Amino acid sequence: MNNNVIYGINGPVVTVKNADCFEMMEMVHVGAQNLVGEVIGITDRLTTIQVYEETTGLKPGDPVTGTGAPMNVLLGPGILDNIFDGIERPLKEIEQQAGAFISRGATVSSLDPERLWAVTLKVKPGDRLEGGQIYATLPETPVIEHRVLLRPDLSGVVKEVKPDGEYRLHDVIAVLEDDLGDCHELTLCQQWPIRTARPVQQRLTPSIPLITGQRIMDTLFPIAKGGTAAIPGGFGTGKTMNQHQLAKWCDADIIIYVGCGERGNEMSQVLDEFSELIDPKSNRPMTDRTVLIANTSNMPVAAREASIYTGITLAEYYRDMGYHVAMMADSTSRWAEALREISGRLEEMPAEEGFPAYLPSRLAEFYERGGRADVLCGTEGSVTLIGAVSPQGSDFSEPVTQNTKRFTRVFWALDKALAYARHYPAINWINSYSEYFNDLDPWFRENLGDDFVEFRNRVSALLQEESSLMEIVKLIGSDVLPDDQKLVIETARVLRVGFLQQNAFHAEDTYVPLEKQKRMMQVILYLHTKSKEIVSHGIPISKIIATGLFDKLTKMKYDIPNSRLEMFDDYMKEIDDKLGAILP
Amino acid sequence: MIIEYVGVKEINGSLVVMDGVKGVSNEEIVDIKLENGTSRQGRVVQIDGERIVVQVFEGTRRISLTNTRTRLTGHPMEMPLTPELLGRVLDGAGRPIDGLGAIFPVKKANVNGTPINPVSRVYPKNYINTGISTIDTLMTLIRGQKLPIFSGSGMTHNDLAVQIVRQAKISGADSKNFGVVFAAMGVQKDVAEYFRKSFEESGVLSRVVMLLNLSNDPIIERTLTPRCALTVAEYLAFELDMHILVIMTDMTSYAEALREFSSSKGEIPGRKGYPGYLYSDLASLYERAGMIKGHPGSVTQIPILTMPNDDITHPIPDLTGYITEGQIVLDRALQGQGFYPPVSVLPSLSRLMKDGIGEGYTRADHQALANQLFASYAKVIDARALASVIGEEELSPIDKKYIEFGKLFESRFVNQGFTENRTIDRSLDLGWELLSALPRAELDRVDDALLDNYYRG
Repeated sequence: MNNNVIYGINGPVVTVKNADCFEMMEMVHVGAQNLVGEVIGITDRLTTIQVYEETTGLKPGDPVTGTGAPMNVLLGPGILDNIFDGIERPLKEIEQQAGAFISRGATVSSLDPERLWAVTLKVKPGDRLEGGQIYATLPETPVIEHRVLLRPDLSGVVKEVKPDGEYRLHDVIAVLEDDLGDCHELTLCQQWPIRTARPVQQRLTPSIPLITGQRIMDTLFPIAKGGTAAIPGGFGTGKTMNQHQLAKWCDADIIIYVGCGERGNEMSQVLDEFSELIDPKSNRPMTDRTVLIANTSNMPVAAREASIYTGITLAEYYRDMGYHVAMMADSTSRWAEALREISGRLEEMPAEEGFPAYLPSRLAEFYERGGRADVLCGTEGSVTLIGAVSPQGSDFSEPVTQNTKRFTRVFWALDKALAYARHYPAINWINSYSEYFNDLDPWFRENLGDDFVEFRNRVSALLQEESSLMEIVKLIGSDVLPDDQKLVIETARVLRVGFLQQNAFHAEDTYVPLEKQKRMMQVILYLHTKSKEIVSHGIPISKIIATGLFDKLTKMKYDIPNSRLEMFDDYMKEIDDKLGAILP
Repeated sequence: MIIEYVGVKEINGSLVVMDGVKGVSNEEIVDIKLENGTSRQGRVVQIDGERIVVQVFEGTRRISLTNTRTRLTGHPMEMPLTPELLGRVLDGAGRPIDGLGAIFPVKKANVNGTPINPVSRVYPKNYINTGISTIDTLMTLIRGQKLPIFSGSGMTHNDLAVQIVRQAKISGADSKNFGVVFAAMGVQKDVAEYFRKSFEESGVLSRVVMLLNLSNDPIIERTLTPRCALTVAEYLAFELDMHILVIMTDMTSYAEALREFSSSKGEIPGRKGYPGYLYSDLASLYERAGMIKGHPGSVTQIPILTMPNDDITHPIPDLTGYITEGQIVLDRALQGQGFYPPVSVLPSLSRLMKDGIGEGYTRADHQALANQLFASYAKVIDARALASVIGEEELSPIDKKYIEFGKLFESRFVNQGFTENRTIDRSLDLGWELLSALPRAELDRVDDALLDNYYRG
C-alpha cells in the first residue's frame, strides 16, 4: 500500500497520482527528509498536499507516507515558557540540532519527553471520569498549575492509579476502563487535531472585562474576557506595539502570542522583553505564563497558515483547565495571504482581490473558537482573541479587514495621522467601537460605580463634539468660535493628550489601574463643568487657560503615581481655588 | 551518465516546457545549450510527472522547439563564495564581469538561503551613526536592521545612500571588518557607475561586492540578483564576522520582474497584477537582515525603491513597509525647495530605534526630543493646511509660531550638505535650539527636568 510517490510539484503544493488511501486533511510525510504536509484536495486521479517546509530538491518519485490522522498537536506539560514554529516544533531544540538556520525535516518532539514532572494524582481506583475531567495536576511553571485532562471523547471508570511522584510525559500514570470494557492508558499528554474546536459544556455571555491597563481600551472600547477584537492599521501605526502592551499587561492567566508571518527581529524582541519583564502579581518573569508561536514571514507559507490553528488549540487546552487565556495573533492578514497563496497554487477561482471565496468562512471559524465557557472539568475558562490586521495600502475597505469586522466585536482602528504625530496608542476614537458595552455595564457599575459609566459617556460625547468642531476649525480657524465651543476644544485636547495618549515606555504610565483611569476622567470633567459655568458668566476663556490648569491636567498621568490616588483630591481642590478666584 | 534532452515542447515568455524529463528535482538548475554554441541557465519551477516548466534566466529569444540541448545539473541555484569576492564586480547571477578572471570558491551555498531561527537572533540594539541629522535623531539606523528608502524617480536617494555608506560609523567596527554588498536591479549604467565612483572616492571600493543587473540585462535574472547578493552578505557576515551593509536598488524593478515571471507562468494575479506571494517573496529577501547569537557579524539592509507615481500605498512600498523595520520616505516638495536630503519626517520611522538610543547609546534626552520634534512638526502641517485656506495673516499667534518653526526645521535641521557630517550631539542640540522657538507650554511630550536643561526660549 505504501507505494505513493510524488507526481507533481508547484511551490509548496505537491500532488500524488492514483492514491486512494489518503483522507482529507490527513497529515503526511513527504520525501526522503520526511517533510510535514497535509492533504488538502482529493480527486480520483490526483491527491493534493500542501507541504509545511521548503520543497526545493523534492523529486517526482519521492515517497509520500500517510499518518492516518489529521494534522494535530501534542498537548501536555512543557508548552508554557516555550517557543514553537507554526506546527508546534520547539525552536530551541531545532537550534540545538541544526544551528542558527532552520533546516528542513527536523524531527524533534514538540514537548520534552525526558523531563520529569512532580505529578499529584487526583483520582483513585473506582472513580468515574468523564471526558475533559482532571485526573492529575503538576506545577508546570512556578505560577501555573497544569491540570492533566482526560481526552474529551473518552469516559469510564479508573482501574489503576500510580502513586504521586515524578513522571515523564509518556509514562502511564493511570488506566481507565471505558463503558465497552476497553482499557486506556493515561499519560501526561494527548493529541488534538488543530482544525477542530475542543468541546465545552456551555458557552457563557462575556460579562467580565479583560483589564488591560490601557486607558483608551479599558474605558472607551473595552473588551470582555472571551471576546474578540481586531486591531487594523497600516504599517508603522503600532499594531505590534499594541499587541505587546496587551500581552504584557492584560489580566489573563495565560498568554499565547502568535507571530504569524511577521518580522524575526520582533520575535527576538518579544523573547528578550518577556523574559526580563516581571509580572507584578507573581513576581515571576512573564515567560512563566506565555507561549510564543513564531512563524516569521520568511518561514514556509503553509506553516504560517497552520500557526493560527496551532495557537488557538493550545489556547483552548488551557481554557479547558479553567484558565483565562488571551491569544494575540499578529497578523491575521498574513494568514489570509497564506490562504490566498495556496489557493492560487491550486488554481481555485479567486473572489475579491485574489483571496479565495472561503476567506470569510475561515475567519468566522477562527474567531468563533474564542469565548467564555463552562468547561468540561467543571469550572470556567475563556479564550480572548485579539487579531492584528494589516490592510493593504491602509485601506480598511479591503476584504480581510471587512470580513474580520463582521466576526469580531471590538474594533480598535489605528490611524496613520495619529501615528505620524506620534500619538500612541494611535487608536482612532471616532472609527473604533466595542459591542461589549451592554454586556459589561453591570460589571463596571458594580465594581467602579455608576459614575464610571457616566464619565465614559461624557468623555466620548466631548470627543465626538470636538471632532465636528474641528471640521469648522479646519476651514476658518479656531479664533472665531464662541467661548463655550473653545472650551470643548480645550477640554478635548486635555483628553487626547492627557488621557487617551499613553506612554508605553514610562514606568507609571505603561499600565494604569481602572481606579486611576476613573479619577483622571473625573478631574478632567470637573474642570470642564466648572469652566463652563465661568464661561456662561461671560468671562473670557483665556482667563481660565491662564490659570495653567489645563496644562497641569495634561501632565497628571506622569505626576500622579498609580499608588497615590489621593492626590486627585488636591487637584479637585486646586481647580476650585483657582477658578473660584476668577469668578466675580 | 549525463542525459541531454533535445528540444522543448512549448515556449511562453521566459518559460519553456519540456516533456519526458526523468529524475528532476524541484528548483533544480538546468543548462540549456543552443545550436549556435551559446548556453543559458534555467530553473525548474513546476513539475507535473515528466513534464517540467523551466524558467530561463537570460530569456527565450532565439530558442526554438528543436534547437536546444538541455542538461540537468542536479543542484539548486548556488552562489560561489570566497573572501576574494570583496572588490569584485559580478553580473546579476553572480558571474564575474570585471575581467579579473574566474572565482575559485571556498564553498557554495544555495541562493535561497534558509530562514534564521527566531530563537537564534540577537535583538539589534547598536546604532549606526550616519552623520545625517534627520536619520540619526528621528529614525535611527540600527546594526542588523532593514531600513528602506522610499523614493521616487528623479529624487536624490542615490546620494543619500552613498552618503550613508561614506559616513556610517559603527561603534566597535573598524574599516577592516566593514563591507558593502551592492545589488543593482534594473538600474541604468550611469547609476551603477555613480555608485562605483563614490565607493572609490570614499576608499571602500576594495571592500565592496557589486552585483549588477542593469536595465538592459535579462529581466528574469533580476529575480536572482538580490538572492545572490544576500547569500554573499550572509557568508561575509556570519562566517567571516564582518559588518555588512547591503544596498539593493531598485526593488521596484525587482518586483516588476517577478510580476512578469508570474504572469507568463499563468498565475492568478493579486493587487495590480503582482503575484499573490509578493509579500512572502519580499520577506524572503528582507528577513535575511539581522544578527545571530555567537556571531559578531551583522547584515544591515538599505533597500531603495522608487514609488510608482510617488504613491506610498502602491503594493511594493506597502508590502515592503509591512516587512521592514521602518522606512525613510523622501519628499518631492522638499526636494523642489532645494533641500537635501529631502526626508519627509512624519511618515518616516525606525522601529528598532527605541531600544538603541538614549543613555549609554546616544544621549538621555534623545527619545523625548524625537517625540517632541515629531509632534511639533505634525502641528506645523496642520497650521499650513489652515493657512492655505484662510491665509497666513489670519492665523492665531501660536499657529504663526508653528509656521515659523516649520521653516526653520526644514531649512536647518532637515537640510544638510551632501558632505556635511554632523555628530549626534550636534544634531540633538540643533533640535533643542529649534524647539526653543516655540513657547515652552507647547512642548507637551517632554518632562520639566529636560526642559529646564535644554529649553532656551
